[in-house]
Amino acid sequence: MNQSVQTSDALKATDVRIEFPGRRGLFTAVHSASLHVAPGEIIGVVGESGAGKSTIGNAVIQLLEPPGRVSEGSINVLGTEILSLAKDDMAKLRGSTIGMIFQDPMTSLNPLYTVGKQIIETMQTHFPQQSESALREKAIDWLNKVGIPNAALRVDNYPHQFSGGQRQRVVIALVLCAEPRLIIADEPTTALDVTLKRQVLELIKGLCKERQVAVVLITHDMGAISEIAERVYVMLKGRIVEEGTTAQILGAPREEYTKSLIAAIPRIDVKVKRFHVVDNESASRITAVHDRALQWLTVSDTIVPVSDKAVLKLEDLRCTFVTRRSWLPKNRRYLNAVDGVSLEVQRGEVFGLVGESGCGKTTIGKMVAGLQPPTSGRILFEGLDLAEKRSRTEEMALRRAMQMIFQDPYSSLNPRRRIIDCVAEPIRFHKVAKDEAEVRSIVELLLARVGMDAAAAEKYPHQFSGGQRQRICIARALATRPRFLICDEPTSALDVSIQAQTLNLLKDLQEDLGLTMLFVSHDLAVIRQMCDRVGVMRAGVLVEVGTAEQVFNDPQHEYTKALLSAMPSMQHLAMA
Amino acid sequence: MGNFFARMFDSDIWFSFKQRPIVMLAALVVFVCVFCATFASFVAPHNPFDLKTLELSNAFTSPAWTANGKATFLLGTDDQGRDLLSAIMFGSRTSIIVAVIAVMLSMTIGISLGLLSGYLGGKLDAFIMRVADVQLSFPAILIALLIDGVARAVMPKGSHDSVAVLVLIFAIALSGWVQYARTVRGSTLVERNKEYVQAARVIGRHPIAIMFTHVLPNVLGPVLVLATLQVGSAILIEGTLSYLGVGVPPTQPSLGTLIRVGNDFLNSGEWWITVFPGLALVMLVLAINIVGDWLRDVMNPKLN
Repeated sequence: MNQSVQTSDALKATDVRIEFPGRRGLFTAVHSASLHVAPGEIIGVVGESGAGKSTIGNAVIQLLEPPGRVSEGSINVLGTEILSLAKDDMAKLRGSTIGMIFQDPMTSLNPLYTVGKQIIETMQTHFPQQSESALREKAIDWLNKVGIPNAALRVDNYPHQFSGGQRQRVVIALVLCAEPRLIIADEPTTALDVTLKRQVLELIKGLCKERQVAVVLITHDMGAISEIAERVYVMLKGRIVEEGTTAQILGAPREEYTKSLIAAIPRIDVKVKRFHVVDNESASRITAVHDRALQWLTVSDTIVPVSDKAVLKLEDLRCTFVTRRSWLPKNRRYLNAVDGVSLEVQRGEVFGLVGESGCGKTTIGKMVAGLQPPTSGRILFEGLDLAEKRSRTEEMALRRAMQMIFQDPYSSLNPRRRIIDCVAEPIRFHKVAKDEAEVRSIVELLLARVGMDAAAAEKYPHQFSGGQRQRICIARALATRPRFLICDEPTSALDVSIQAQTLNLLKDLQEDLGLTMLFVSHDLAVIRQMCDRVGVMRAGVLVEVGTAEQVFNDPQHEYTKALLSAMPSMQHLAMA
Repeated sequence: MGNFFARMFDSDIWFSFKQRPIVMLAALVVFVCVFCATFASFVAPHNPFDLKTLELSNAFTSPAWTANGKATFLLGTDDQGRDLLSAIMFGSRTSIIVAVIAVMLSMTIGISLGLLSGYLGGKLDAFIMRVADVQLSFPAILIALLIDGVARAVMPKGSHDSVAVLVLIFAIALSGWVQYARTVRGSTLVERNKEYVQAARVIGRHPIAIMFTHVLPNVLGPVLVLATLQVGSAILIEGTLSYLGVGVPPTQPSLGTLIRVGNDFLNSGEWWITVFPGLALVMLVLAINIVGDWLRDVMNPKLN
């Protein structure tokens, strides 16, 4: 075999083709991809879901899901051709030479062992000559290095006693302790909050520079790339479409796809009118449909009286969950998910609620939608207290006026029902239409408005992508002609270009229909682009409320400042 | 309908089916058994219930391939000269009918209670599940015996035989619902928190409507697998009860009754009277279980 590999590369993949034979023929996940990493270098592999970026990572560590296989090309790690290695030899290489950091820190640690034991066990496999006590010292040392406070004590703790960010640090320690020369990090920060994200990325960068470890950072997050990667490979549908230095890719992309990918990233510094989207819809074809949809959607319902009061008013709203039950009141433990929140949302306004995971923002959304009863406090919708008893017709009228769009497009449509039945459910239930024929025409109108074909009505949810499903969910939410929309992280499960399309759609609908929205998100940039006013939440408390301009340009509260400074800014690269 | 078949032949389940010869064989056995049982009056060589055709001189004829065998009685005859093969066909008809109806009944009870329990939660859930726990601590046979005993005591003598089959079905159904309730409750707890259920709640639909139109279709998969396996065990319970003499009366023999009748002659050398019904029972239950196990593997997304 001709191995003309430069010894300077920690990883060199040449013309790799990865195939998944299935019963419907061969699916090629990766087409002749080539990449290389030098020791101490951090490269980024970006692309949208399904682009094949994780598949390359799995191929390097030889953990492709069966029946996947590398059918062509070579993968060379530190001068060893891994594709021709025997299973046992590959197992030795794994961990000792190649380390892997997975996305979810919750599942990559064994919950039944202390973190110390897991680190020691890993080191024992790779350095069998060292004594247990020496390894324990080293384990504490590693936990110190990754920034776990009180490492000497915490080494005996179990994974559940660490927070999410700390757990990802432990995983990093676990990978680094075997002293690998190459690390594949597959979405290492996707499950983490903004402030933790930055810390973990800097940790990876620092340790890799110090020990001359090569890192392949696989992510869809351009922010993470701009923070630590030196070179970037952009993937589209299994092909590497562009490669270059980070500054060049982010600042002056050559390929059309890369340009649109970067343009679709919501900016945090200025508000734009619309996002740049990857495939522009042909405007002339759809305006007629949009007009008809608009006509239907703006028919005023005499059943639902419109008042001129604030659309939504929360008064000292609280929600408490019991975290430990006990017969004795003194032993009970509570979690104040929402701790005395008061706010007002005016008609036609988009109000953003932003905060890290667990701050109670989603709970507020659920309480307003009636999915979670508040422990105390009042929710006034157009001056009416939602907790009051009222007749079923009045209750239904209220339900119609308020709809919700959920986070996970994969679970928010019933998998056993056709799209027409999903979208028509509110229409049929609230008897908006006279007969089945009208139901059908309304559904098709709504689907057309959100950019879907009429043919979609007969299909089932699994036949659509995440972005398409989210559009269907939007159509369903509009089907009652609501005046108030609660959006709970509507785009956090979507790729950045799909996110841009979905946000554009929501923006257009909001403007056309004069909708009032409560927009819940952890993503500051999305909030910046969508909202007129913003409330920042932390641990159940609203720490700051103001117009978007005020909050983003002149944050008052310490926490808001910390959140904003943790956002990766790509502008310095764009300038370069 | 053609569309349905097109989808079925294109599905992953059919693909997996074609790759497992043992499952195909088991499915064939189940099909043959059900076919013979359903059309017993046409398929069976003799009618074991037509007393005119029975001749005592034919009693205790051994199977056709043995020295004293007659070609007309392939598997031999019993003490009254009845053809065993025909008796097995008619017997498995009774067994299968009893088992299938019992399973459907216990499925209905179990699914309803499981849905209520899982979706509404709270005190109702605790109550239903404690009842289920209590019932699980009794063997199914014991519960069936108890119900049968109560029915015998309550009903006037003589009338028992006419309702014996109904009592049997009820007894088997009541001893089996717990499995369904638990399975459905577990899946319901998962589905309840999915966003499509929440979306239906935001629309304002009634909890009962959400339970049956949204949750039920999504929890049905594991239930159908369980039901397949339960048909096997229901046939066994029916066989056991009939063997013990509390099941269907001898005038309408099921497989269990046939085994019991044959048991008396086992020591006197007429082994076939009990062995063949026994084999038929084992074969049928085994085949059903193989198909059920395969269904469980195919329909479990974690194993795919």
